Parts: sequence; C-alpha cells; structure tokens
Amino acid sequence: MTETTKKTGVSRRTLLKSTAGLAGLAAGSGAITGFPYVMSAEPKVLRYLGTAVNEGDDISKQCLKDTGIKIEYITATTDDVTKRVMTQPNSFDVLDTEYFSLKKLVPSGNILALDAKKIKEFDNITPVFTKGETPGGKKIGNQGTAPWKVLYLEGKDSKTFSKTATEFVTLIPTVYNADTLGIRPDLIKRPISSWSELLNPEFKGKASILNIPSIGIMDAAMVVEATGKYKYADKGNMTKEEIDLTMKVMTEAKKAGQFRAFWKDFNESVNLMASGETVIQSMWSPAVTKVRSMGIACTFQPLKEGYRSWASGFCVSKGVSGAKLDWAYEFVNWFLSGYAGAYLNRQGYYSAVLSTAKANMEPYEWAYWMEGKPAEKDIKAPDGSLLEKAGAVRDGGSYEDRMGAVACWNAVMDENDYMVRKWNEFIAA
Amino acid sequence: MDTSEDILQQTSPDIVRGSQTARRSKAARLSPSVISWLQAGPMMLVFLAFFLIPLVFVVIVSFWDYNEYQLLPAFSGRGYTDTFEGCIAQLPDLCTIAKTYVKTLKFCVLVWAITLFIGFWVAYFLAFHIKSKTWQMGLSLLCTIPFWTSNVIRMIAWIPLLGRNGLVNSGLIKVGLINQPVEWLLFSEFSVVLALVHLFTFFMVVPIFNSMVRIDKSLIEAAYDAGATGFQTLVNVIIPLAKPGIVIGSIFVITIVMGDFITIGVMGGQQIAAAGKIIETRVNALQFPAAAANAVILLVITFMIITMMSRIVDIKKEL
Repeated sequence: MTETTKKTGVSRRTLLKSTAGLAGLAAGSGAITGFPYVMSAEPKVLRYLGTAVNEGDDISKQCLKDTGIKIEYITATTDDVTKRVMTQPNSFDVLDTEYFSLKKLVPSGNILALDAKKIKEFDNITPVFTKGETPGGKKIGNQGTAPWKVLYLEGKDSKTFSKTATEFVTLIPTVYNADTLGIRPDLIKRPISSWSELLNPEFKGKASILNIPSIGIMDAAMVVEATGKYKYADKGNMTKEEIDLTMKVMTEAKKAGQFRAFWKDFNESVNLMASGETVIQSMWSPAVTKVRSMGIACTFQPLKEGYRSWASGFCVSKGVSGAKLDWAYEFVNWFLSGYAGAYLNRQGYYSAVLSTAKANMEPYEWAYWMEGKPAEKDIKAPDGSLLEKAGAVRDGGSYEDRMGAVACWNAVMDENDYMVRKWNEFIAA
Repeated sequence: MDTSEDILQQTSPDIVRGSQTARRSKAARLSPSVISWLQAGPMMLVFLAFFLIPLVFVVIVSFWDYNEYQLLPAFSGRGYTDTFEGCIAQLPDLCTIAKTYVKTLKFCVLVWAITLFIGFWVAYFLAFHIKSKTWQMGLSLLCTIPFWTSNVIRMIAWIPLLGRNGLVNSGLIKVGLINQPVEWLLFSEFSVVLALVHLFTFFMVVPIFNSMVRIDKSLIEAAYDAGATGFQTLVNVIIPLAKPGIVIGSIFVITIVMGDFITIGVMGGQQIAAAGKIIETRVNALQFPAAAANAVILLVITFMIITMMSRIVDIKKEL
C-alpha cells in the first residue's frame, strides 16, 4: 500500500515537472509567438568566436553602449577557431577569422556569407581588399590566399569563390597587417635589410621562426627566395618539389644550429626576444610593441623583399537567422563605424574602413600610425600606457609604404597535407 | 562475505533489500559474485562510457579518409601509410616516425632511471628516517612544490635561470669557470630531461613511499639480528618488498613521458620531436584520421612497454 502511494506521488511530480519543462522549452525556443514583449525583453547577445586580435573589452563595452548588443567573447588560437567551426558550428554566432582559413571553412558549409548591400560602409572598405591595391594605387603582391581572391561567393549558398564582385561576401574585412622579422638592434648593431639574414651564420643559435606550419612555411619561403636559391611561382601554393626544397634549406640550417628555439605563441616570442635568447626572428607587431614597452630595443624591421600579410573579417554561423542575423548585421555595421577601427589602428593594426577610423582618432595619432610621420606628442596605447615618445617614427613608415610592400599572404596550400608532414619531419630532424 | 554484504547494506540499502528480515533465507541472498559485480559496476560503466567507447572511435577514425575540411567515412590506411612514409625507402637512415620514437624512448629511459634513483632515496628517507607521521606527511607535501605553479609560468621561469644571460651562466662566468655562456643549458635535451625529472620525481616518490611504510619493521630487525649488513637488508628485504611501488611509479612516469609534448616542446625550444607533438600538429591541421592513427601507434607502443613491465612484477599478486 505504502509503495503504491509513493509511486503515484512520484508520477504526479514527474508529470508536473515535465509539463513545466515543456512550457519552459517552448518559451526558450521561441515557439510561443504573439507576445512581442517577450522578444523585445530578450537581451541582444551575440557569441563571438575569434582570436584575441579584435577582442578588446573596450570594444565590447562601447558596442553595448552604442547598440545594446552584448558581445560574449570565445577566444581561441587560429587553429582552434577553425577546428571549432568544423566540429561545433552551433557554438557561436559571429565568427572572426582569417581569410586563409576560408579554403577549409567555405566547403564545409558551416558558415554563412553576409550580404554586402546590408553593410553601410561596404563601398568605403579599403581597396586593399577589393582590388588588391593601396588607396594610393600601389599594386599589392598576390601570392598566397590574398583576400580579394576569396572575398566573394558566386551565390548565397555557393561553395565557389567568385572572380568578380557579387553581393555575397565571405568575410566582411575588419583588421589586417603586414608582418616581418623582429630584431634586437642593440645586439645586432648593424642595419638589416633582407629576409636572408635569418639564416646568416652570424646569428647562429640566435635566430627563431614560428612553429605554426601554415605561417612558418611562408616565412621560410621568403628567406629561401631572399638567399637567391629559388624563385617561387606562388609561395602560398607550392608544389611538392618546392616544399621539399624549402624544408631542405631550413633543415640544413636547423642541423647547423642556426635556431635557438621555435615559438608557437605570442608570449614565447616576447620572452625569447626580451631575454636576448634570440636577436632575429619572425614576429608579430603587438609582440614587438610588448618587448619595447619593457624598455628593450626591438625593431619590426622592414625588409627589401617585402612583408608577409594577413587579414581577417566577420561572417556568421550557418545556424544564425531571424532577429539574431539582424543583430549580427547591426554589430558588423557598428564595428566598421569608427570606434573599433581607431582602437585597432592605435595598436598598430589596420582597420578596414579608413575614413571612419580617421574620424575617431586625433590628427597626431593618425599622422604617426598611418602617415609615417614623426609623433608630435607621446603615443599612447588604447589602455593609456606609453608606447612611443614624441619624435618617434613608426617602423616601416606609412600605410602606403607598408601595405604597398606586401609580397605574399598567409595561405592554405593545395598540398597542405604533404606540407604538414614535411614540417613534422623538419622538427624531428 | 557477510562483511561485504554489511558494507553494501550501509552504503546502499536498496540493493540488498530485505537482508535484515530474511537473513537466513537463501532466496533473498545475493551470491558473492553478483555483489562483486555490483561493486565494480559503476567504475566499469564510467570506464566504458568515457574510455573504452571513445578509444574504439579513435581506432575507427584512424582508418578513415579525410580532406581539407571533413572526415570521409570510407576505409583507408592513409593515416598509417603517411605516418610510415619513407621508413623503408630511406634505410639505413631513420624515417620521421622512427626518429621521433627513438628520441621519445631515449627521454623515457633517462627520465625513468633518474626519477627512480632520486625517488627511491627520497622515499627511503621519508619511510625509514623520519619517525613522526606528521613530519612524513609534511615532507611528502613538500614534494608537490613543482605543481604549485601553472605549467606556463614554470616553463617561462626556466629562461632566467638557464638562459644565455641567466643566473647559472652569469654565476659560472663570475666564478671564472667559463668565458662564454653555455648554450646547452636551455632549449636542449638536457633541459628537457631536467624539467621532466623536476616534474615527475613526485610520481615515483609517492608509490614507493607507500610500499615502504607497509614493510613490517620486525622484518628489518630480523635481518639485522641474523647479521645482515645494511646493504644486504636493502637488496634482500627492502627492494623486493618495495617492488610494487617501484613498478607503479615507473608506469606513471613512462606513460606520462611517452605522451608529453608540452614540456618537450617548451624546454626543447620546439626543435625536438615528440610522439605527442606529431598528433598535435595533425589535429591542428584538421587531419583527424592521421592524428588518430598516430594516437593508436603511441598507445600500442606504450601498452607494449607496460606489458613488459608487468611481466617482471605481477602487480595484482603483490598488492
């Protein structure tokens, strides 16, 4: 008897619970319609997947203030961002990623192209992305996965990149930069002007390269070409023979003890340089700034063979639709409207829409960062810390000079699988 | 049998329902084998769900094909053939995978031998020379110091110590022992072994200490009374009785070193290959089947080592 009562009790409770659960589920999934206030009361939240480059707290705070959209950052390394898009496409709304990963992302069908017509500033995006030239008309190197090669799709759900402009944009451009070698001028004590110096025996045991295969091989190719050993048809898309040749040169240097260490993340590169373990290495712009802010001389050295460039932009997950898609457009439009662009420019990156960023910067800041002029006043980082004293000139000079000297872009090669295997062999050698 | 039932009764009364009232009735009693299955069941289920099934998936995926952006569920040995590429053609030179495993095994042997030597004596000291339980506890906790900071900070901290301008080098120069900074202190096989020993000696100390404190002190007194020297007691009494601890510690250290790629990467300046590193590179390039194939190879080799070790000592029997 006792047991029977118990059972009924349980099932009544279960029934109540599951009914409540169902109602909750219906409300949560938006199945209950006809109550507009429910919708408007819902906070506007976007999950933002990307690397740390664009993800400033200041940016998300300002965005919330201006648009009411709350940005939840999901930060990962470049490789992990790609992995996440492939394996968990529903775990994010807005994706901020690099153009070179599009060769993997677009065929997977996990991302949604955005409509150029809904982007207010689209026509003001720098011609670096749309035409492959600087605003001043300098042609930019097109080796590797240059953004203009993969900017447009043929149709809304197409998996083919369009050669001509369409309204379906794979990634709305946000940020880009030109990378080169970082050096310690106080320890090298002579001018450096070529990528070939990375393998100069003078720096035996004091050089470094990054251990991310798809980027490392590009730097290696710049070095091989600079030494005059070989000229690539396209450094960003090597044949198997070219990969073998590049890795052979690097392996010989490694065996001869040229490299002190390879680095994989930002902090490692800063530590190697700041401690003097290395004096010349492939590096990223904010890492150079970090070393300099520690009071140690470090130059982001412009080289005669040019820069290796990268660019990133926004798209959305295939799971995003309805109101969320509208917020995504609202967010992207806000991002291009100036505040974020100025923020990125002040870190040494470049913003996609130059006019709006300029309007949000002081004239002396613009002159230092973008025009290559000596700083009229002290240059400060977005957080207010001192970056450069008055009178300093940016390494590499103006936007025109730096972007105009880009030789190649980060890339995913057709022979990527082979390249990764050869890279492992290089590490094991 | 009664005891095990009592324990079961206390922890989960529902399972042995009615055992109090019908204690003598055979029908209501659970047979001992059922009880042991019930006791082992939960752990077995956890193992099945979170270890065995994922492992089966890894083996299956290792035989799939792949392209730049997806797994192709069609049978393919590509993950394996790619991994062993050039292993016959390059003879007598070693291929990448062989080189990698030779290096990994070398680290294994070195780290195992050093941690065993240090770990044994630390455990010996703790077990036989420290009389108070509190001090024993306190001192074994001291062995965990290397784990008090995060991996990243620990790695970075080696640079100011062993680096070109680090403490050791500047100290040696000041004393006049060397004129030029010694380069092999950091980003070398030496620094890898040093860091691994620093980290994993603890895994040797604990199981060996555990075996040693269980040794009946009267056995040692008996050896002494029978006229054994200290060395004879060590070899004939202590080492044989500490064997299970030694083997368990060795298994810990060897399995960790076989799979390690972070310590080897950071301390080796990313210039030294490791079995785990190959897997990481493949996963990052989204080549999951190739990564899975390498994981299976690593698993098989590690398993072979463990089997060999448990041949030497039957852990089940010793425990």
